[in-house]
Amino acid sequence: MDMERYGLNKQLAQMLKGGVIMDVTTPEQAEIAEKAGACAVMALERIPADIRAAGGVSRMSDPKMIKGIQEAVTIPVMAKCRIGHFVEAQILEAIEIDYIDESEVLSPADDVYHIDKRKFRVPFVCGARDLGEALRRINEGASMIRTKGEPGTGDVIQAVRHMRMMNQEISKISSMREDELFEEAKNLKVPYELVEYVHKNGRLPVVNFAAGGVATPADAALMMQLGAEGVFVGSGIFKSGDPQKRAAAIVKAVTNYEDSKLLAELSEDLGEAMVGINEQEIELLMAERGR
Amino acid sequence: MKVAVLAVQGAFIEHRKKLENLGVPCIELRKKEDLEENFDGLILPGGESTVQGKLLKELGIYPLLKEKIACGMPVLATCAGLILLAEKLTNDQHVYFGTLPVKVKRNAYGRQLGSFHTEQEMKGIGKVPMTFIRAPYIEETGNGVEILSSVEGKIVAVKYGMQYGMAFHPELDRDNRIHEMFLDAVRNSV
Repeated sequence: MDMERYGLNKQLAQMLKGGVIMDVTTPEQAEIAEKAGACAVMALERIPADIRAAGGVSRMSDPKMIKGIQEAVTIPVMAKCRIGHFVEAQILEAIEIDYIDESEVLSPADDVYHIDKRKFRVPFVCGARDLGEALRRINEGASMIRTKGEPGTGDVIQAVRHMRMMNQEISKISSMREDELFEEAKNLKVPYELVEYVHKNGRLPVVNFAAGGVATPADAALMMQLGAEGVFVGSGIFKSGDPQKRAAAIVKAVTNYEDSKLLAELSEDLGEAMVGINEQEIELLMAERGR
Repeated sequence: MKVAVLAVQGAFIEHRKKLENLGVPCIELRKKEDLEENFDGLILPGGESTVQGKLLKELGIYPLLKEKIACGMPVLATCAGLILLAEKLTNDQHVYFGTLPVKVKRNAYGRQLGSFHTEQEMKGIGKVPMTFIRAPYIEETGNGVEILSSVEGKIVAVKYGMQYGMAFHPELDRDNRIHEMFLDAVRNSV
């Protein structure tokens, strides 16, 4: 792996911190997102809630549509490829995407192997439910991590669960004796050096965002108070009554996530939130995809 | 001596860590009320200038901060920060503080694949590491602007009065000399 390039890719994620990355499906939506204060947009053909409703196989978006979004905004543009589909990733690299999301939201192309992300010059963000998954993705070359959550539901419970799980495992490793780290590396199926990093620094070696089910300013602030360094919002914005207003409110909530008075103001009069479905009501758990 | 870091979005923690390592107390500016505390210098960090510029205004930070900069408070602006200070942008009609008479081109090196790391001479310091992330550069400078460094013919660091503008991210490298240079300026102004 080109370590200098990997460093630059981790550093781009650092620049996104304290920001909101929004799912968009058209150049018009991308412009709304940028105006509302998104620090990056995720270009995809259908937002997760619609993928869920439509069923069937869901794939990387049409490069032409992604290019349209790249031309519409000046902020970084991300796009998703299927888990293990390294050719979709090669195509996204060819159109100079700023970040690839190897995402469980799309139908997986490989049920064993993730993409060898070390082979790419563009950065990757990957979802994780726990520390082991996060470190395995980082070992494969991911330069940013996000919780998986449960996309397209408007239900934040899984994102909360995944963030708490990661935090608990990180504090466990921080408080371990050094001679216990070898066994822990074995348990997590990751190289010793990554476990050692977590032990010494008390955090992941890359930026960690929250994703999956965030629908309100309060949800976003909840994830920030739980230790997320920024937030992805997918279906929550463009499935709501007043996307622009809700998007702008979520952006401010992420900046001032501990100011409850401001959060109260931001939560006022946002119109209809996305209806959402509870995790018990869904048949397809996207978070189960990829380990 | 105390330094404030604009903390509405972006890589502000990296600057805070630099200041802490150099033993300088710092505060974060996230909303209007944070400006009530006294501070002697200001850092505008990297991140997305569109987001920071919007939040500056909507969270009511903008007028007071602009006044402080215009009155000569020392400022270190990196990447997005440089865009916030610039009087003019080549490929964007926005103007934020507009206190630094330079014309800046946003995303001048293209998308993330154009990001790079290099080392270059900086006036008064010597060779320093420079990390450019989807970085801007300076296309034109106005009267009284001192050019501190150029990379391959493009201006990447300037000084104007007490305003230091950098297209790259000194907060991302281990070298502390740029922050030290800025802190010396803050010390002298106190």
